[in-house]
Amino acid sequence: MIQVQNLRKQFGTKVAVNDVSFAVEKGEVLGCLGPNGAGKSTTMRMITGYFRPTSGKITLAGVDMLEDPQRGKESLGYLPENAPLYSDMTVASFLGFCAELRGITGAARTKALDRVLDLCFLDSVRNQSVDTLSKGFRHRTCFAQSIIHDPEVLILDEPTDGLDPNQKHEVRGMIKRMGQDKAIIFSTHILEEVEAACSRAIIIDRGKVVADGTPDQLKRLVPGVNTLDEVFRSITRSDVEK
Amino acid sequence: MKLVDNSLSQWPALLAMLVLFAGILVYALRDRHIRSIFKREFLAYFNSPVLYVIVVIFLLTTMGFAFLFGAFLDGDNASLTGSFFFWHPWIYTVLAPAVGMRLWSEEHRLGTVELLMTMPVSPWQAIVGKFLAAAAVWFIGLTLTVSIVFTVYYLGEPDTGPVITGYVASYLYALGCLAVTSAISALTRSQVVCFIVSVATCLLALLIGYPQIVDFAVRSVPAWMESGVRAIEYLSFYTHFSDMTKGIFVFKDVLYFVSVAVVGLLITDLALRSKRA
Repeated sequence: MIQVQNLRKQFGTKVAVNDVSFAVEKGEVLGCLGPNGAGKSTTMRMITGYFRPTSGKITLAGVDMLEDPQRGKESLGYLPENAPLYSDMTVASFLGFCAELRGITGAARTKALDRVLDLCFLDSVRNQSVDTLSKGFRHRTCFAQSIIHDPEVLILDEPTDGLDPNQKHEVRGMIKRMGQDKAIIFSTHILEEVEAACSRAIIIDRGKVVADGTPDQLKRLVPGVNTLDEVFRSITRSDVEK
Repeated sequence: MKLVDNSLSQWPALLAMLVLFAGILVYALRDRHIRSIFKREFLAYFNSPVLYVIVVIFLLTTMGFAFLFGAFLDGDNASLTGSFFFWHPWIYTVLAPAVGMRLWSEEHRLGTVELLMTMPVSPWQAIVGKFLAAAAVWFIGLTLTVSIVFTVYYLGEPDTGPVITGYVASYLYALGCLAVTSAISALTRSQVVCFIVSVATCLLALLIGYPQIVDFAVRSVPAWMESGVRAIEYLSFYTHFSDMTKGIFVFKDVLYFVSVAVVGLLITDLALRSKRA
């Protein structure tokens, strides 16, 4: 469903993503791990068509994202980092606007709106201004936007960032449920999330994929250690050490 | 008093232009994506207090300048050219950037540009939709000044040609300033920076064609450079504006402002691309 081949992104002389390749099939949830600044967000931004790769190939649901980005984006739902929203709109009008841009209008729009408001527990803030929402609600509103058209491909950049433990648990559950009939990529810093929600995970460090496998495979990657946390620390380098 | 006695012959050209504009508008708004973005952006203006403040300032300044500095009532001249339209470029230089500055700066600041650009919407649809929303807001603002037209018809017998071409010129000038602001707002996430740079750019576009300044420049440069000064003068918003307010409706002036708008939107596109590079 998602195919990424030899993806490379250069900002000036700095190589942010270097030769990244992976594929995600329908029914798979891929966790994307890595230290801050490793190139996770840049990779996601390229897959979603926001950044143009320096080189490489991206295919979403059979559509080449570099050749026909507009059609490719139709099968895509995206939750950007920090969950941006238009602060002058209400939750319902924001989601209605996103539905319209996705080509959902009329009765289908009302139905889609009700579905995501219900799914993301937003009914109580339906007509509240986005400006006055708490972080959890803001996050879920942006999340609702990404699934309003029931996309085949879902890309979530730190979907649980800034949520309280209950909300984290809920979002993880949602990702796992939706993962049954979609291809999902989500990035996170929280390693237990990978075990809780992912069927597979990749670890990115300094722009390269340094590990790819199921959570259990990753745990056995380094001899002598048996938690994901220790594996992560032994194969990636922190930006404080040189 | 009639300033220029050829207003009747200009009607077909004026009509053709209005039909062209209406055509562009209808064609653009038939596009589903442009329409959605236009609607959102247009409503966003009305949800923010900034718009009301700007419209009130606009009405106060246009009317205030016309009656106080333009000596509208003392002039014994049933015309809007010298007293009313004369001030519009100066007012637009400050107020059009205030309307346009949120177009893209706000998207960058909130991060919603990432959302918008990953929707199945082409950058052009977003650029045109937003620009049309700002243009529509300005259309409403300008329409609200119509009371001065009633006043001038009540007090005297003005020549209708210059009144209409004056409004067209005024609106085109505003669109030029909005297109400049759109381009600059795509380059920065700060509305303040966008506002200041846009005002400076619009002011420059006004002053390089302002008669006193052009005359001064012509007097102070060697004779062989005069054509250069004239060429720069020709690029000014003001040159193309002032002829039209006198009732001289020439298609090339309209084309000039349309080109300014197109170039402004092209730069907007380039700026958005460079941000996503």
